[in-house]
Amino acid sequence: MNCRSEVLEVSVEGRQVDEAMLALLHTILLHRSTGKFHYKKEGTYSIGTVGTQDIDCDYIDFSFVRVSSDELDRVIRKAVGEFKDAMGNGTDGMGQISLEFYQKKKSRWPFSDECIPWEVWSIKVNVVNLANEQERQICREKVGEKLGEKVINIVEVINQHEYLPKMPTQSEVDNVFDTSLKDVQPYLYKITFQITDTLGTSVSTTMRRLIKDTLAL
Amino acid sequence: MDSDLSPQDKKDLDKFIKFFALKTVQVIVQARLGEKVCTRSLSSPTGSDWFNLAIKDIPEVTHESKKALAGQLPGIERSMCVEISLKTSEGDSMELETWCLEMNEKCDRDIKVSYTVYNRMSLLLKSLLAITRVTPAYKLSRKQGHDYVILYRIYFGEVQLTGLGEGFQTVRVGVVGTPIGTITLSCAYRTNLAFMSTRAPGEDEGAYNGVEDSQEVCTTSFSTSPPSQMGVPGKEGGVPQQVPVQPCHGAQAEHRRVSSCPPADHVPATPSSSGEDAETSSRSVGVKSGSPCGLLETTFTRKVGAFVNKPGTKVTTASLDLPFAAFAPRAYDLEENDPMVQPPESSATSSPLQGSLHSQGSGESGGPAQDDFVMVDFKPAFSKDDLLPMDLGTFYREFQNPPQLTSLTIDVSSQSMAEDLDALPEKLAVYEKNIDEFDAFVDTLQ
Repeated sequence: MNCRSEVLEVSVEGRQVDEAMLALLHTILLHRSTGKFHYKKEGTYSIGTVGTQDIDCDYIDFSFVRVSSDELDRVIRKAVGEFKDAMGNGTDGMGQISLEFYQKKKSRWPFSDECIPWEVWSIKVNVVNLANEQERQICREKVGEKLGEKVINIVEVINQHEYLPKMPTQSEVDNVFDTSLKDVQPYLYKITFQITDTLGTSVSTTMRRLIKDTLAL
Repeated sequence: MDSDLSPQDKKDLDKFIKFFALKTVQVIVQARLGEKVCTRSLSSPTGSDWFNLAIKDIPEVTHESKKALAGQLPGIERSMCVEISLKTSEGDSMELETWCLEMNEKCDRDIKVSYTVYNRMSLLLKSLLAITRVTPAYKLSRKQGHDYVILYRIYFGEVQLTGLGEGFQTVRVGVVGTPIGTITLSCAYRTNLAFMSTRAPGEDEGAYNGVEDSQEVCTTSFSTSPPSQMGVPGKEGGVPQQVPVQPCHGAQAEHRRVSSCPPADHVPATPSSSGEDAETSSRSVGVKSGSPCGLLETTFTRKVGAFVNKPGTKVTTASLDLPFAAFAPRAYDLEENDPMVQPPESSATSSPLQGSLHSQGSGESGGPAQDDFVMVDFKPAFSKDDLLPMDLGTFYREFQNPPQLTSLTIDVSSQSMAEDLDALPEKLAVYEKNIDEFDAFVDTLQ
């Protein structure tokens, strides 16, 4: 099965990085989260309800909708915060944050479980520094418009109804969904990032994270 | 065509389509109420949350939707449309966007109704939630209030897009294939905020007679409504003019405005508060047609401030050759008629809001109207009224109304100007004669 890969590119000012990433990641997760599954006898299950909430950005003329789950929001904010820190403050730079949806496939001992991605969203970020307030004001609006276009792109891709994992049985649910949250159930996902500094040399943290994940399993 | 579908599936499908249509309208209207929407996730299903999404049902909106549907379902050539428009306090209105729920003939017979179609409808509603925050009308709706309101209208039948002006854009939210056809959800939105005023004179509401209808271009003219209004820094402003509203076919609801409901975490039991008469309540004048999206173009007309009648004469500085001509006594005359200084009688339809704005406006009267005010026992701040024969208060009173400077009096100054112009050639001749003297003088200075 091929993994679908989508790339989104945005140019933002330093202080807009957090909100821009949150906006796009949450928009994707909104579409890739369901309510909590409650399995009943005879293999049927019921699904909980997903609430939504509007979030206004402070540094961008933009509002987006995310799933009403503080837990999920915390996890995403932490990842975005790490990405922002890695990007550094006050310098121009480029980076990429990836949201990967995967399925776990149980392997026999001694092999560890395989993670098979089925959809990867890569958001390429170009950070610029602006000289004055007027430029920042224009940037607020322009980035807001750009994010709007990206949301439309995301919705277009999602609407193509390509591969989605089959709904799992109770024993398999943890191979498809992240069941650790109390209120919603996103598909299993992981967030990784790469930074390219202004000199063009690539400082990759992906390998480090992959190793960490493998050891965690 | 339906023979492949079991009766149970057909029944389920009809039910899904009906509730999908109702929820679609709820999402769209709630996104245009002007407030942030927030619903809670529930890990245990309540059984009443369609499509596993917490979408409130505003009773008025459900009622309007059902009225428009009139027992039918969206189907092929039977589209359900939600039209969002903006209406200013002056009565001008403009269609902003039209959301269309349509069905085409492309069938997906193999799809499982109770599972796949249902889940895809859920996904489509999530996409709708996301897209409703991205079109230009969202920002406009978040800023609605005193100057303009956002209205919605649900109709069923043929899609009407002519009211959106030229160059409208379309965004597709998504599709869901079903055994009886493919449901598509899309939005057509206006990009051109300039529109003609074709408002008939009789439509003017009480206090706002005689607002300029012509299309003077004005770069930055702002409403004189209180500063608590819109915060968009003044790139643009102006009275948008009215587009003729197209008559539509099919069952129609009148334009409705829904006031925001009290926030409720679960299915609301409270009926929506009154907001349906927003069209008739008068509000302060002045529209901020800020440009939320770079695609929008605007042209402007002269905006007239709150409570102002059409000025009898147009004073422009071009008509007078004097410097500071605007401060000449003619301006004084205008101020006497200026309702900001002498507020008019409140009209019968005034809302309490107008009343409070009213008092704010009248407090701004300037100097020449001071004869109307009697100062009793004036004690200026920080002044000591002790032994001096003239204290600050007395000084102020005596010199409160100084006479106009002669240079600013039109007749005198225009006469002297004419005299000066006539005398000029003579003076030039004299100076030329004495040119040597002047040169010598200049030399002494060096």
